[in-house]
Amino acid sequence: MAEAVKMQVKLASGEQDTLESRRATPNPVIVTGGASTSLKHESARMHVSGEATYLDDIPEPRGLVHVVPGLSTKAHARILSLDLDAVRAVPGVICVLTHKDIPGHNQVSPVGKNDEPLLAEDMVFYYGQPIFIVVAEDRHQARKAARLAKITYEELPAILTIAQAREAGSALVWRPLEMKRGDVDTGLINAPRRLSGRITIGGQEHFYLEGQAALAQPGEEGEMRVWSSTQHPTETQHMVAHVLDRPSNLVTVEIRRMGGGFGGKETQANIPACLAAVAANATGRAAKMRLDRDDDMIMTGKRHDFVVEYDVGFDDAGNILAVDMVLAARCGWSADLSGPVIDRALFHADNAYFYPDVRFRSEPLKTNTQSNTAYRGFGGPQGIVAAERIIEEIAFATGLDPLDVRLRNTYGTGTRDLTPYHMTVEDSIASEIMTQLAENCDYRTRREALREANRHSPYIRRGIALTPVKFGISFTATHYNQAGALVHIYTDGSVQVNHGGTEMGQGLHTKMVQIAMREFGLTEDRVRITATTTGKVPNTSATAASSGADLNGMAVLDAISKIKHRLISFAADHWQVSEQDIQFRPEGVQIGETLVSFPALVKAAYFARVSLSSNGFYKTPKISWNAETGRGRPFYYFAYGAACAEVAIDLLTGETRIERVDILHDAGQSLNPAIDIGQIEGGFIQGAGWLTMEELVWDKAGKLSTHAPSTYKIPACSDRPRIFNVSLLEAAPNREATIFRSKAVGEPPFVHGVAVLQAISDALASLKNYKICPQLDTPATPECILRTADRLRALSEV
Amino acid sequence: MRDHIQFYLGDQHYRLSDVSPETTVLDWLRETRHLTGTKEGCNEGDCGACTVLVVRLENNQLVWKAVNACIQFLWMLDGAQLFTVENLRSPDGSLHPVQQAMVDLHGSQCGFCTPGFVMSMVAYSKKAGATAKDEDINDALAGNLCRCTGYAPIVKAMKQALQHTQDNFEREQDQIRTRLTALQNAEMAEIRTPAGTVTLPRTSDQLAASYKAAPDATLVAGATDVGLWVTKRLQSLPHVISVSGVHDLRKIDHRPEGLWIGAGVPYTEAQQDIAALFPDVGEVIRRIGSTQVRNAGTVCGNIGNGSPIGDGPPLFIAAGAILHLRHGETRRTLPLEKYFRAYGQQDRKKGEFIEGILIPYPAPALQYRAYKVSKRFDQDISAILGAFALTVTQAGLITDARIAFGGMAAIPKRASATEAALVGKMWDERALSAARDAIQTDFAPLSDMRGSEWYRRTVAANLLTRCFAETSGMTQQPETRLAGWKETAHG
Repeated sequence: MAEAVKMQVKLASGEQDTLESRRATPNPVIVTGGASTSLKHESARMHVSGEATYLDDIPEPRGLVHVVPGLSTKAHARILSLDLDAVRAVPGVICVLTHKDIPGHNQVSPVGKNDEPLLAEDMVFYYGQPIFIVVAEDRHQARKAARLAKITYEELPAILTIAQAREAGSALVWRPLEMKRGDVDTGLINAPRRLSGRITIGGQEHFYLEGQAALAQPGEEGEMRVWSSTQHPTETQHMVAHVLDRPSNLVTVEIRRMGGGFGGKETQANIPACLAAVAANATGRAAKMRLDRDDDMIMTGKRHDFVVEYDVGFDDAGNILAVDMVLAARCGWSADLSGPVIDRALFHADNAYFYPDVRFRSEPLKTNTQSNTAYRGFGGPQGIVAAERIIEEIAFATGLDPLDVRLRNTYGTGTRDLTPYHMTVEDSIASEIMTQLAENCDYRTRREALREANRHSPYIRRGIALTPVKFGISFTATHYNQAGALVHIYTDGSVQVNHGGTEMGQGLHTKMVQIAMREFGLTEDRVRITATTTGKVPNTSATAASSGADLNGMAVLDAISKIKHRLISFAADHWQVSEQDIQFRPEGVQIGETLVSFPALVKAAYFARVSLSSNGFYKTPKISWNAETGRGRPFYYFAYGAACAEVAIDLLTGETRIERVDILHDAGQSLNPAIDIGQIEGGFIQGAGWLTMEELVWDKAGKLSTHAPSTYKIPACSDRPRIFNVSLLEAAPNREATIFRSKAVGEPPFVHGVAVLQAISDALASLKNYKICPQLDTPATPECILRTADRLRALSEV
Repeated sequence: MRDHIQFYLGDQHYRLSDVSPETTVLDWLRETRHLTGTKEGCNEGDCGACTVLVVRLENNQLVWKAVNACIQFLWMLDGAQLFTVENLRSPDGSLHPVQQAMVDLHGSQCGFCTPGFVMSMVAYSKKAGATAKDEDINDALAGNLCRCTGYAPIVKAMKQALQHTQDNFEREQDQIRTRLTALQNAEMAEIRTPAGTVTLPRTSDQLAASYKAAPDATLVAGATDVGLWVTKRLQSLPHVISVSGVHDLRKIDHRPEGLWIGAGVPYTEAQQDIAALFPDVGEVIRRIGSTQVRNAGTVCGNIGNGSPIGDGPPLFIAAGAILHLRHGETRRTLPLEKYFRAYGQQDRKKGEFIEGILIPYPAPALQYRAYKVSKRFDQDISAILGAFALTVTQAGLITDARIAFGGMAAIPKRASATEAALVGKMWDERALSAARDAIQTDFAPLSDMRGSEWYRRTVAANLLTRCFAETSGMTQQPETRLAGWKETAHG
């Protein structure tokens, strides 16, 4: 059975539809499961039967050794002495390696800052920094041995928090960014009303279920083959080569799938990969490093926590006139990806709203904590939380429904359409989505009913909020917006697809298979995706920034199109028909009046010496960004959506429960509606967890106290909303020529969790008859909520 | 004396006499058997990625339980049949109904948690009285974390799978029963290896003798705590003595003086009987650990380890429970609260063990309430646990009060000043106010990652308010609870 997909493509102005022209002959029907229809995850059957292979499941090569790190127990200190004799004396320990044993560069900064030694040298900069590695026959022995090191330190003052960093005038890990448009000072002064405030936004542990892991196997003449649970095989390859001081062509990195990534394996995966490679190099044996969960959480970077200060001018009708914001982030001990993360927070501090006069400034602060890193949304969600706080403040100040403040301030089309970074928003649909969602879920009636019910409920209060998301799609580092693919057809007509993206559960490989199915008219069983390897597709970008399907999908399509052109050209000649009369259909290849099976065509082409393999390449058009001037078009397009959340809170304990959530999300012409809905549901829960129960706590010595799931709580099954309705925006193909007019869907839905935060705030506001903005910080844990209630009660009403 | 253990892994029979006390089921599966379908997510029983299915013959019934393989020791499998995700497909290769439902409804994304979920789901589908209600499914899956899906499709898959009446295991029931019957062995076992000694007594007399003879040995019941000593603290266990195989300690008895819970009874088995007497204890037990943890962890083990944040002790202290201890042939009893002397210090001599706990039946005038407060409702260690047992006359006079808290001191502890402020008073706003003041003198809680001192003090007082709202006979009882998907335990 085939499915027809309606494509109402509104083209970007003045653009030729490169997609349509790229495809020689548009297929009128899409094979079942082909791109733009739902197909089950390509590994689903393997997942449920335990047959899907993850890093630690790979059969271990003969003679494999295990690698366990020894970690710093000081947040900031000089290492005075390092006595590893007791470690070495443990039976089964083969060797103990320090930075002195690294053959190449002891440096894994992913941004070339040279501020991130792989193993500590004479200084440690955070509690949990790897100082040495134990290499042993057995992982249990290695873990025990690693705890026996005798290290003496000279402790130095440690800067742990944003407040401490500011107070100490701490260094920045990256250049601060300023974005501005108009004259914010004048705008603020001239505004009829003005308020200022501050919001603290907590960090987040990725908690990928599969911890960091890598396996390195030495080969001939310096070759190193590395299996790594990495989102960025190319960078892992470069890092291993750099650390071992050998050219990249000796290092191959492979990953079939990760057990979750969420940004946490974009750069952080390099560390176990490099350490495993160092151990393999030293012993001449295959070496595996699989981090224990506690070590993983103590060692690796997380989502940045922020303090945002805002000053906003507005009028009585709720129109925003000027916004001045300073966004300070705890970056940790090294730059890692903090620069672009904090930049992206600024790129999203407008969310879906037009600020006539605006200035955003960043403070990427260096601290003696884990080096914070990429995490789904990459700073964007933090910017959006701040933007939505401003909306809330204005709503309470004016007495308007926050939804009305939102609708009043969204970007226009053709007017009020310039972002703080001087990019024109061409397709503002946030208001339409919010309006449609508000109607669908009966927002206004429910809001009134909850307010009435709260008056009679002394302990349990309920709140509701409806928030939008506008999320910029593309890497802001323009050069990352490229991708490669490699597609083979074998002579039996089976197809193998390779591309530079990695699978971490998001369904990227499924979508890539679907593109080949759709283009060739083949069923799922005829298309095979393989592990991602730097040996097949080189010089790839991280699978990150929601870009996996956008970039790799177009590269796969490019490769397929080249092969299709050859097949069509061959068939037109062979069967003597016009090229226009050849179509790849589910039932076979229609060549004029003749229907030929795909394998038959392929075989005929092979005998006619037609190449059945091609690489593919893609680079995103239109984009540019200049951080010096704060101007450009960093994003190819925006993805939109809105969420409405209803929560209940307990004023005696601060406990919360999500009662109902409705989401309407824009995935363009979805490549796979089932997978995209899965991304939205899962993203929402992760976002809600970030803003409510997920709390990172460090003790006074700078040790992370919440370093295991016993103390760091991600949402469990019963934390999902009792009523949960998720829909995709219909008939909304991407106006830009993305792969089959789809939109990226990895990160934007994470932001929908903001509706939960604002609903909690709405419930708290009942304490002051909705006259005062509760100024709720995040994570809104029970304690945070109770403290906010306590503070509100103490305030006199305005 | 046996010198080996016996069990089945799927169809495969194992007779092992070289079992280290410390080898976990998970490591044995992955590292020795090279069966990698069962995953390690946290190695502490909190994520459920390692969930496996253990079936035992108990009172001639097949009892199926999901447990966390990462904190179960291999020797604990003696007499059982273990099934992992590798055992689920039919001989013809078709998927188990649970697996098929997970595929059909997009229940996996990254797939790493999936085998664990599937095993918990299979276990639930085999549970007598399993319903398709969201709240019941939530409880069954509370011990499995998923970071990708947000759970909605997994719950849908569970509902679909429940519509299937038969699976492979049901078809093979007779064979399983025959095998397990053949494994039953009344003989005590002791396995000595260079790595240490495992003693598996079958009677409490054997246990008493073994432990008296080796008082430095580690007693293990469900291993939900001791497991972490090995996997996280990397502690050695030179000698373990098992409580869970001791038949006469596996008993739940309705004695004239109260409900008896033997030392080997896991929470899962005790929950219903306790809940029938004290609905709120049942509700808290529902939230202790997870299904996997409660399937292994015992009521008495939760007491024995002396944790200041165990949920069981304050619940049972408020209920007036009596602890029964035994050392060799000497037995003694003491009120549960006396067992906890100071942090890490209990009233238990070397070689002495808990035989069981006796929970007195509640008198008709007893108002018992218990509240667990944590960052997450399910499978979270309490920031505060408050248990209130108030005897209130028809006229509203408080004649007796037993109030106990967890998380408020270095031990589970009674709030004696608060009790004194209430007894002899009418249960009204004034008494509440006095009690709220008194409770601040009862405790000097610490600040930690679960809550600050301020939070603990504030909530402790507020739980009195909640208790008042629920027990003082308000004409219009306001909504007081959010925990769980059920309206309220008393709704």
